[in-house]
Amino acid sequence: MLLQFIQGLYIVAGVLFILSLAGLSKQTTARTGNIAGMVGMVLALGATITHSLYLSAEDPENRQSVVVTLLLIVVVLAIGAAIGTPIARKVEMTQMPELIAAFHSFVGMAAVLVGFNSYIAPEGQAGAVHIVEVALGVLIGAYTFTGSVVAYLKLSAKMKSAPLVLPGRNMLNLGGFAAFVALMIWLIALPHDQIGFGVALVAVMAVIGFLLGWHMVAAIGGGDMPVVVSMLNSYSGWAAAAAGFMLGNSLLIITGSLVGSSGAILSYIMCRAMNRSFISVILGGFGAEGGTVASGDHDYGEHREVDVDTAADLLVNAKSVIITPGYGMAVAKAQYPVAELTSKLRAHGVQVRFGVHPVAGRLPGHMNVLLAEAKVPYDIVLEMDEINDDFDETDVVLVIGANDTVNPAAMEDPTSPIAGMPVLEVWKAKQVIVFKRSMATGYAGVQNPLFFRENTAMLFGDAKTQVEAINAALPVGVS
Amino acid sequence: MRIGVPRESKPGERLVAATPKTVGQLVGLGYEVAVESGAGQGATFSDEAYTEAGASVVGPDEVWASDVVAAVNTPTDAQLASMTSGSTLISMMMPPAHPELVETLTKAGITGMALDAVPRISRAQALDVLSTMSNVAGYRAVIESAEEYGGMFTGQVTAAGKTPPAHVFVIGAGVAGLAAIGAAASLGAEVRAFDVRPEVGEQIESMGASFVQAEAAQQEVSSDGYAKALTEEQERLTAEMYAAESARADVVITTALVRGTAPRTISAEMVAAMKPGSVIVDLAASGGGNCELTVPGEKIVTDNGVTIIGYTDLTSRMPQHTSQLFGTNIVNVMKLLTPNKDGELVLNLEDEVVRGMTVSHAGETLWPPPPVKVSAAAPAAAPVEEIDPAEKARLEAEAAAAKARRRLIGAAVAAVLVILAVTFSPASFVTAFTVFTLAVIVGFYVISGVSHSLHTPLMAQTNAISGIILVGALLQLGSSDPWVMGMSFVAATIASINIFGGFLVSYRMLSMFKKEA
Repeated sequence: MLLQFIQGLYIVAGVLFILSLAGLSKQTTARTGNIAGMVGMVLALGATITHSLYLSAEDPENRQSVVVTLLLIVVVLAIGAAIGTPIARKVEMTQMPELIAAFHSFVGMAAVLVGFNSYIAPEGQAGAVHIVEVALGVLIGAYTFTGSVVAYLKLSAKMKSAPLVLPGRNMLNLGGFAAFVALMIWLIALPHDQIGFGVALVAVMAVIGFLLGWHMVAAIGGGDMPVVVSMLNSYSGWAAAAAGFMLGNSLLIITGSLVGSSGAILSYIMCRAMNRSFISVILGGFGAEGGTVASGDHDYGEHREVDVDTAADLLVNAKSVIITPGYGMAVAKAQYPVAELTSKLRAHGVQVRFGVHPVAGRLPGHMNVLLAEAKVPYDIVLEMDEINDDFDETDVVLVIGANDTVNPAAMEDPTSPIAGMPVLEVWKAKQVIVFKRSMATGYAGVQNPLFFRENTAMLFGDAKTQVEAINAALPVGVS
Repeated sequence: MRIGVPRESKPGERLVAATPKTVGQLVGLGYEVAVESGAGQGATFSDEAYTEAGASVVGPDEVWASDVVAAVNTPTDAQLASMTSGSTLISMMMPPAHPELVETLTKAGITGMALDAVPRISRAQALDVLSTMSNVAGYRAVIESAEEYGGMFTGQVTAAGKTPPAHVFVIGAGVAGLAAIGAAASLGAEVRAFDVRPEVGEQIESMGASFVQAEAAQQEVSSDGYAKALTEEQERLTAEMYAAESARADVVITTALVRGTAPRTISAEMVAAMKPGSVIVDLAASGGGNCELTVPGEKIVTDNGVTIIGYTDLTSRMPQHTSQLFGTNIVNVMKLLTPNKDGELVLNLEDEVVRGMTVSHAGETLWPPPPVKVSAAAPAAAPVEEIDPAEKARLEAEAAAAKARRRLIGAAVAAVLVILAVTFSPASFVTAFTVFTLAVIVGFYVISGVSHSLHTPLMAQTNAISGIILVGALLQLGSSDPWVMGMSFVAATIASINIFGGFLVSYRMLSMFKKEA
């Protein structure tokens, strides 16, 4: 009875998770979706705690007493709440990519540990299938852990974001995987009494997973991080699903594979937006062709500069303004002055909209979150496809900290490393003002001919300071 | 250095090359400004206003002796004679039509800068007086025609019956034509417009007119931003179209000027076929007129009651705003010529805009300038490699079929492998695998339609949900094996950080997304 009741709760929780993800695909239902996920999680944990206590009551030989088990669970949840809640409260929206990468690493590590436990104390029958499940769970978990750690380090600039290219990169990965398969077969053949040696073998597998994860993500350039984070999200799901197979727990399988497949489709959507092959991103080693910068000595001519007063003047007299933000806006935390500028101009009767490239920032949708944080209404924040046709009729475009995503070379220069990537066609506007710290190239290491166009003017300096200066320079009537 | 702003000597001219506002900007560039007494009278700017803006009000001799003279019209020979050698004259000059003027300037050692010879490139738009003048003229043409036309431009439905909107036909969609289209459309008229350059069709439509299609009469996309003269065949077709359109229109506004000369677009017969009471405004009157019957500078009424307006002073009829815009063009020229903002004029002939305007400098004739390629106009599309469309479609279809076949085979092989694997698996695995397969597919479908702006919250949410691994850790937590218990304790702790943090952070993000109230 009780076990069926627990299964019932699991089914409801699983459905709630599906509804949660479905809800999050639209703005209007997103918050309901979030709540559905929370409720689902509460039900799932309630069922699990009951199950765990029931197991302890039924099997006093192999398990702690009911009271100790309950106590341990309460302590664990308390620690989790005590650490997780303040992090979530305090984190800056600009650091969201790092946070999510760090969280992924937790899931990966937990999956590794659960795998070890499942090997030492198997829940059901311990056959060859179970060994395969453990091995895969440990490998994926370990891979997710180090992969996420590297992603975190790269995103928080604690590690160089340039791709690490080892000689024979693909052979190394392949060799690691072959060693893993060999170990797995050995482990299956191993007699049951040699559990100590078996644990050592699992540990070696985990090390292989750790190395593979580190190596593959280290080989991906900083510019491709949005795809990497989304991919790791998918892996953390597969890790949970693998744990579900080991433990014979259907909720873990359902939820894990939900997250796994949704993360994979998300990565696929993003790869398509960047015109890159999904397979090559999954296999790692992406962003490596950033090294082959095309014709670096090409003469692009002179760029022009504009001062804050002229920029303010242009904006006030424009009918239509489009702002295209990029990672630079996040770095400079310029979203607040940008939002202020937006509301002032809108109050003055200027049509202001935002054009967001699918891979702007270091996380998909990163810009949308930052702009929402600064209270820019989401219906004036448009996607690339929605706004690309409107640049012709736009008076002023402000490019704030974006570079590769507004690079005309992607469309015009077939030899460019970013050729074929869809970009925001800002150069079609009457006037483009580019906020930039210097004339350095963007993440892809490609020079941007946009900066040398006749209708482009550069406004050098910190994006936040410069936008604030423009706010101050607006005529008195406009505020 | 001192900039002199003379009183225009051309009869009836009401414009002035600087307004009190632009005087302030010139002073800001470091210049002294001397305005001739009464210079702004025609445009209702008083001498006092100029003094207040920082200019000195002086007599004509002093103005013409300035280092830089900024005027609207080309000065008379007497005025030129009172300029000093080495000084600079900035005004409209029409250098192609007045080679003798260029010669005089060269001989006198005056640097001549023709405001009407600014190259047509985007960067130079801010100093292009032709655009300024055309814009005003286009607007005024509509106002003049509205005065002559005996009806309302906008259609009305009243208790006393209804009136149709005026039909306005605009020929030539340059700056003047577009301005006329905009003004007429905003008065409520039904506007049709034609231009020989097909690429301006979009601009015409964006101003609120419908573009008269006459494909055979149109030229290829221009590479230098100017219209070209038409071939004979094109001319005949165009004439037929003009006749049809003008017969139907209440107001015809012609703006066709090909490099200073006015092609004949409306013949006497076409005028004769027009409705009595209709109006023609000929913006090209200064170049002889687009209409055969136009008398430059005059308004005439034909025998069949068609009014033809050939005023050449349309810009002068709105002196305040024209002077302001013209003055700003001059300020922009001076900005270009004063890179250090120190009141010292620097003539950088390397700059193609400066080079294009300068007709004479230091005793040398610099007209005509080397040609400038227009970057604003899109170059004609490169001819596409000729492939038979049928052949291409066939190849594409074949490739698609081959791809579909490969996919089908791949899927079949995968299905067989899965079936075999499941057949030889324990029963518990089969159940788990069924659940797994279905959940993967649900995941794909649930997420496929996700809105891009929600990617980040979605990722935080899925991240929190993947903290479900906690379930596994919690079940193991009760184990009596100290290793298992220890490891599951760590696993459960970090997984629960993930759950609490992940849900909360996505909640925080989602609460920030606000729709505009």
